[in-house]
Amino acid sequence: MYEKDGEKYFVVDGHIHFWDGSPENWKNVHGQQFIECFHDYHKALSPEEYKWPIEEFYKYSEERILHDLFEVGYVDKAIFQPTYLTDFYKNGFNTTEQDGVLAEKYPERFIVNGSFDPRDGEAGLGELERLAERYNLKGVKLYTAEWKGRSKGWSLKDDWAKRYLEKCGELGIVNIHVHKGPTIRPLNRDAFDVADVDDVASEFTDLNFIVEHVGLPRLEDFCWIGTQEPNVYGGLAVAIPFIHTRPRYFAQIIGELLYWLGEDRITFASDYAIWQPKWLIEEFVDFQIPEDMQGEYGTLTPEIKKKILGLNLAGLYDIEVPEELRLKGAHAGTGPVGSDTEPVAP
Amino acid sequence: MSGIREAEVLGALSGVRDPELDEPITTLGFVSHVEREGATVRIRLRLPTYFCSPNFAYIMAEDAKRALLSLPRVRRAEVTLEDFHVAEEINRGVQRDEGFDRAMASFSDETSGEDLDAVRETFRRKAFIRRQEILCRTLLARGKSPRELAHMCLGEVPPCPELEVYLQRRRELGFDLSPTSPLLLSAGGDPIPEAAVVEHLRKARLTRISLEGNGALCSDLLAARYGRKEKSSA
Repeated sequence: MYEKDGEKYFVVDGHIHFWDGSPENWKNVHGQQFIECFHDYHKALSPEEYKWPIEEFYKYSEERILHDLFEVGYVDKAIFQPTYLTDFYKNGFNTTEQDGVLAEKYPERFIVNGSFDPRDGEAGLGELERLAERYNLKGVKLYTAEWKGRSKGWSLKDDWAKRYLEKCGELGIVNIHVHKGPTIRPLNRDAFDVADVDDVASEFTDLNFIVEHVGLPRLEDFCWIGTQEPNVYGGLAVAIPFIHTRPRYFAQIIGELLYWLGEDRITFASDYAIWQPKWLIEEFVDFQIPEDMQGEYGTLTPEIKKKILGLNLAGLYDIEVPEELRLKGAHAGTGPVGSDTEPVAP
Repeated sequence: MSGIREAEVLGALSGVRDPELDEPITTLGFVSHVEREGATVRIRLRLPTYFCSPNFAYIMAEDAKRALLSLPRVRRAEVTLEDFHVAEEINRGVQRDEGFDRAMASFSDETSGEDLDAVRETFRRKAFIRRQEILCRTLLARGKSPRELAHMCLGEVPPCPELEVYLQRRRELGFDLSPTSPLLLSAGGDPIPEAAVVEHLRKARLTRISLEGNGALCSDLLAARYGRKEKSSA
């Protein structure tokens, strides 16, 4: 919970990791380069006092994540989004099991999501069922750019991907987080195309598709999809840190998202340990659209910020929000995304 | 015969753009090294992240080679991508003029046989829309209304740098450049009816923000990766 100027904010961090990017875990040069890329993002967009040397960034401790998120970071609930990358890392980069250790130890703090890879075929369906049962999954994180031998990625439009999404529906996994970013398939078309999300969002209307990184670098394609599909959400990881280095650019992004998607479909995420929630939350609560841009974008109210920082995700994940942190007039138990107002909420 | 000047080389490369960012590779800081030897020019390109998309990297490397070979005294041009996950495939492919599909065949079976024409076209259209929006913003700031823009012809636009760039992007797509042709066109080259102008500009703004945001991120990442200070433009 974060409190500022008499307003109290319930915080759900929708995208965090407990990764192992250490040299001992690298399978090849790509493992090294992957964590180095993450570190470049971290260096490029973090305030000076929050930057870690790469040795700390490779792998961090349980104490550290608890400290950064819950002791100083104002987070009430954090959602692990796994990224397996077993072609790059011997034990995987950040698997459901790795994250699950912490999630099972601190169930009041963490939610762990699963993942699937449609290239695993029939066997993978069984594995998804096992994960769902063990961790009571309500969400999965999909990384369509993941390499697997000769294959350099997959698409949500693939027949097998749809079989997995059907399975998700059967298992009660309603929140499908899709990484859109460096997606390397299809190799010779627009590698960041979000059209596959559009396709499955119209087909699987009982599932919520949370597009991580709000479709960056295809914000415009993402927003157009968002206007057509009411079950498409935007996760702010990678977009929100611009609040510090390029606040005017951030104002444009958030302004466009509010116009095209609306305040009920934008969700906060730090992408920890790339960025730390503490400064992101402090700066977001202090943030306002610059005056000369308010004609185009209007202003951000505390109510909008409350929804984005936690209440929207609380609705998607059925997280109980303490009475004093709910919006006035909201339903008991969850945030504002009540089933009677949102046609596709779970 | 006098040698090839570095300024000529950089001048030629300034015509090569990152398709996704719609900015020259020279101002983006992607050209890390230029070497001239007789009629041969060798350049090295560096990108903001190791995992940039292979198709964009290939387009830039291929365009750079063509630009260099267009210089009168250049007989041989070598383009090398550095620190990149498919550098080997791309460098070899560009050297042999193989095209993307063949160059990537050893990397994966997943090229779709269309090579990069479609992707080039998509991003040329986005660049066109971005430049149109920038020009319209300028005109709106000078007091024009969206309704006036809807009926404006190219010949009625007062000369300004934004118009020059817009016309250049428009030319790349083969759209009409005559003074009587409408200022506003869709990405497909169709006129925009008056009733649709506000929505058209709203979408165009989003395209511009998306492209410029990518540029900002790439610039920050390049600086983080290579420690080079880039000018911030956002």
